[in-house]
Amino acid sequence: MDAERLDGIMRRHDYAPSGVIAMLQDLQREERYLPLEGLRLIAERVGIPASRVYSLATFYRSFSLKPRGRHLVSVCLGTACHVRGGGRIMDKVTRDLGTPQGEMTPDGRFTVEPVRCVGCCGLAPVVTVDETFYGGMTQQKVAGVLRRYE
Amino acid sequence: MILASPLPRLEDVPFFAHQRLVVMRHRGRIDPERIDDYIALDGYEALPKALLEMTPEKIIGEVKTSLLRGRGGAGFPTGVKWELCRKAPGERKLLICNADEGDPGEFMDRSVLEADPHAVLEGMVIAGHAIGAGEGILYVRDEYPLALRRMQVAIDQAEAYGLLGSDILGSGHSFRIRVIRGGGAFVCGEETALIASVEGRAGRPSPRPPFPAQRGVWGFPTTINNVETLACIPAILLRGGAWYASMGTETSKGTKVFSLVGKVKNTGLVEVPMGTSLRRIVFDIGGGIPDGKRFKAVQSGGPSGGCIPEGLLDLPVDYEALTKAGAIMGSGGLIVMDETSCMVDVARYFLGFLMEESCGKCTPCREGILRMHEILTDFTEGRGTEAQLALLEELAPVVKDASLCALGGTASNPVLSTLRYFRDEYKAHILDRRCPAGVCRSLITYVIDEGRCTGCMVCRRACPAEAISGGKRKPHRIDPERCVKCGACRESCNFDAVRVA
Ligand SMILES: Cc1cc2nc3c(=O)[nH]c(=O)nc-3n(C[C@H](O)[C@H](O)[C@H](O)COP(=O)(O)O)c2cc1C
Ligand code: SF4
Ligand code: SF4
Repeated sequence: MDAERLDGIMRRHDYAPSGVIAMLQDLQREERYLPLEGLRLIAERVGIPASRVYSLATFYRSFSLKPRGRHLVSVCLGTACHVRGGGRIMDKVTRDLGTPQGEMTPDGRFTVEPVRCVGCCGLAPVVTVDETFYGGMTQQKVAGVLRRYE
Repeated sequence: MILASPLPRLEDVPFFAHQRLVVMRHRGRIDPERIDDYIALDGYEALPKALLEMTPEKIIGEVKTSLLRGRGGAGFPTGVKWELCRKAPGERKLLICNADEGDPGEFMDRSVLEADPHAVLEGMVIAGHAIGAGEGILYVRDEYPLALRRMQVAIDQAEAYGLLGSDILGSGHSFRIRVIRGGGAFVCGEETALIASVEGRAGRPSPRPPFPAQRGVWGFPTTINNVETLACIPAILLRGGAWYASMGTETSKGTKVFSLVGKVKNTGLVEVPMGTSLRRIVFDIGGGIPDGKRFKAVQSGGPSGGCIPEGLLDLPVDYEALTKAGAIMGSGGLIVMDETSCMVDVARYFLGFLMEESCGKCTPCREGILRMHEILTDFTEGRGTEAQLALLEELAPVVKDASLCALGGTASNPVLSTLRYFRDEYKAHILDRRCPAGVCRSLITYVIDEGRCTGCMVCRRACPAEAISGGKRKPHRIDPERCVKCGACRESCNFDAVRVA
């Protein structure tokens, strides 16, 4: 993790305690997860207890304290995807990759996470890889999608 | 190009014919990243009218006449909300546009932000003028990157045109908007949690009063409005509150955007006058259920809503009618279920969602939802007892009454409404260890219909558990001991030979 870059992020939010959530968001965008070292630095520079930063990092669902793979696979388990079989797609993906939800595959290629609705329910069931959406997924199709990523 | 028959007009396509567009009137007709497109229609016409010709009291009066109620869920009259904030003592006031849209299965706010961002901005500036706020905050879900970008583009353009910033159009009213990204916590859609989040704290609700209109962000009087609510404002000011109030039912006026999803032919956003029947929405607009299946229910109001059975399809949708039926309007999610949807599984699904999203502050919500979810899990996995059913029915109203915020306060709705209308399905799970819809894994088996099976081997290759035996052109069989019930065989079979029993 680049301490100088992190300082730039903190500066952008005026080192303000009320800006910590935004700092964490920016940090995660760069690092793909929140390294503990980063949380400690933020606490120090902003001047609040590390426990406060940690509590924010764990309260908000979009933060991850674990390193993520090169590609983030989000399997939508929103209501529309659920009734159209999103759960079975999730099972298929974790089974094929041999890694449970939220963990990185040993080769560092993927992290699979469930997501509650990505707002395109008309295409259910939906899987996104990084920023690309794949709709109308089946167990067969999703295997093909994952093969496209290195 | 010469067509054999003329292309139908939009009004002649059934999906569009029954809709009435107010909030979505610009959808697809403008390039959302060009402010000039918005202006070329009727954009930013309400703003000068509001800022230069109307006093804040007059604006509030017009919104009160429209009888517009908040579209974020609770349905509180918007004009009254503004008046409370206007009258609250304090120099500094804030307006928050709640674009946290967290209900799984809904995307109307996202669509408005992406398709017509300036309508939201125009509504915000007018609302700011009405309540006396110089600052606006747009709180957007972080999962909506396109909406975030479009709103930022719109803010920059509006500032460049002098429609946002200081002394707008020489009216003396100044208004600035700051965008804040949400952190993916559903409970942050709740007003007091939203305020905590804006202040940089963990978004846990706090008791009301004090209401945000008295003490909101940093202790200043704050009005929180939903995206769709604010997007209605320019149209109301342009065409008058009476025009808006001419649509709808006795208690619910205007139009409402619904996101129609699930087991329905035409999915998508649908805007209809309040009071339209569910039958019209699901069958005339939605085109009914695909694949010749039978309609079972429609879940209204998101995870804390309830389901409405076939017998109530002629119900006119408005806030009161839905509540009476055991559901809620919520923010307008309609999820259609057919005979292959299991209502016990659906209730368990929603409780699972709420269990994960409960902020954990109060015991009835934190523990109560957990316990209800456990019981429902036992039902779906074939361990249910009648004693548990009785406990569930005892627990549900307690969680409802004793929780601090509306997350816990409405969490029992999916349970209570499915119990009310689909008790037979619960009984089948508990007494017969059977899932009539063929959904609950522990209660079903996959079998191959030997009469249909061509012995093509496709399912055998698809099976991850090597549970299928049978040679080429010989009927295949599933070994129930090995089968993990993933459904891959059924999905892959081209002859519809794999059945759920
Ligand atoms: C758990 C929970 C989640 C909510 N989520 C949202 C939301 O995502 N968007 C929204 O506008 N309102 C949401 N609300 C309702 C808001 O608290 C609030 O009533 C609404 O934003 C007020 O705006 P309105 O008067 O324009 O409807 C939620 C309420 C609760 C209890
Ligand atoms: S009802 Fe639930 S979500 Fe609301 S404050 Fe209590 S624990 Fe938190
Ligand atoms: S349901 Fe899955 S495990 Fe069972 S037979 Fe079919 S493919 Fe194999």
